[in-house]
Amino acid sequence: MLQPPTLPTNYTIKPGHIKTSTGKTIRTEEMIVNMGPQHPSTHGVLRLEIVIDGEIVRECIPHIGYLHRCFEKHAEQMTNYQQVIPYTDRMDYCSAMTNEWGYALAVERMLKIEVPERVEYIRVIMAELQRIASHLIAVGTYGIDSGAFTPFLYTFIDREPILDLFEMTCGARLLYNYIWIGGLSHDLPPKFIEQAKEFCKYFRPRLKQFNDLLSYNEIFVKRTANVGVIPKDVAINYAISGPQLRGCGVDWDLRRDDPYSVYHKLDWQVQVGKGELGTSLGDCWNRHMVRMREMEQSLNIIEQALAGLPEGNVKAAIPKRIRPDKDAEIYVRTEGSRGELGYYIISDGTASPFRVKARGPAFVNLSVLPEIARGCMLADLVLIAGSIDIVLGEVDR
Amino acid sequence: MTAQEVFTVLKAQFGDALTEEKISAAGGSAAVGYALQEWISIAPEKTKDICFFLRDDNEMQFDYLSCLSGVDYNNGKLGIVYHLFSMVHKHKLVLKTLCTKDHPHIQSVSEVWGTANWHEREVFDLFGITIDGHPDLRRILLPDDWVGNPLRKDYKVQEFYHGIKVPY
Repeated sequence: MLQPPTLPTNYTIKPGHIKTSTGKTIRTEEMIVNMGPQHPSTHGVLRLEIVIDGEIVRECIPHIGYLHRCFEKHAEQMTNYQQVIPYTDRMDYCSAMTNEWGYALAVERMLKIEVPERVEYIRVIMAELQRIASHLIAVGTYGIDSGAFTPFLYTFIDREPILDLFEMTCGARLLYNYIWIGGLSHDLPPKFIEQAKEFCKYFRPRLKQFNDLLSYNEIFVKRTANVGVIPKDVAINYAISGPQLRGCGVDWDLRRDDPYSVYHKLDWQVQVGKGELGTSLGDCWNRHMVRMREMEQSLNIIEQALAGLPEGNVKAAIPKRIRPDKDAEIYVRTEGSRGELGYYIISDGTASPFRVKARGPAFVNLSVLPEIARGCMLADLVLIAGSIDIVLGEVDR
Repeated sequence: MTAQEVFTVLKAQFGDALTEEKISAAGGSAAVGYALQEWISIAPEKTKDICFFLRDDNEMQFDYLSCLSGVDYNNGKLGIVYHLFSMVHKHKLVLKTLCTKDHPHIQSVSEVWGTANWHEREVFDLFGITIDGHPDLRRILLPDDWVGNPLRKDYKVQEFYHGIKVPY
């Protein structure tokens, strides 16, 4: 039988130096390791330059930009506002619906357009389905990061019916171009409501299964508890948002606190990290758990929205050429799957935007990594980077 | 606090550092929450002091920097726009600071809000505004040896990059 390796008792090991029993110091030195850009745990093309001292991370410097696709420059060069929407899809490609919505909402507020009630309900349904799909990827890949392979396969099985729903609505499975300024590209297809209800019914027990399989798994809890703790004040100082911020115990959700659409008409709760099972607020486990609980709330929202879906048109009366007033500018933030997704748009009175800035939640959430990675173990860095749930398409835009 | 009230307080505290004020740019009907945003313009060399005051003053407590965007106004002026929010008092504020293209220097606020660090690097990268006092001012999205600042309105893309033809 294999025995675990034991350290010789006459050595004391401290970070930075190894001492023999005679007091002689063996020289050790810091080493620079590159993690990525092609590394399975960086969830895309992210390069982390890590200064390690033995197993301890002394410094972690993220290098981004490998997936930079000039979103903001492209947006300025379009001939009208509508053409920007496919580009917003490609920012956060795991959560394209919420991206489109944020942009469409910003332009609608600039033009002071009210969209029909039916549109608002369909947008809510789509965004929440998207949130579940996005969280399923986050949770599944996080399982892989922590050494559990099976949950990944399960989550991808359950993501499939959601993508089918999107496909039957607009033909695309990942990049939809569905939410347009002033409405939607299509109305819901005939069988959508039935299938969506079926999915909700099917998915609720599955959530419990995921929790039993992964979230409350003893190994997983031990592995992620008290790792990568972000204190509340650091989180706010770094403008962290979304499940990351709620994992720190901050009760904050833009759907409730900076209300838009019809969320205020529906009954749901903001999920905040509780720090149970020996974990502490702001650690990896709480971030993971907030995502798990949020999926359940999203199901509640979808069920209510499906039940209350009004009849009507799916396109508001919008001007043929969209031209906001000269010098009009607006910053609109919505709750994307990863947090505060903001668009800052300036108009110069012409048909194309003068400036579009996208404030991606993943970009901002990642910027805290050097702060929390300092002093952690190298193996934990993978878990911390995974728990931030970045999508590099949005980090680099 | 509304932008008007903040402006009054800042005027009393900093005086000349406030260059221009503009409240309710395009009017807007506040009742439905669609009011386009109000903003206050501040001097680029006083940015840090004003931001520290805005963050630490009990009445203000703007502890959350939502967004920081660079803008090229295409009239010889560059600028940075700060969208602030207070998690304590739940109020918002938009700050603007302008500099000229000939002397593109704006003070860093990354000491005030940690999140500004990467945002300011992005502004430096894409607009070529030098952020004075920034701890780690490097390009962030583009390669280090890229020529020019793409989001400037007069940007011309370089012909070749390491022997690769750039315009397609």
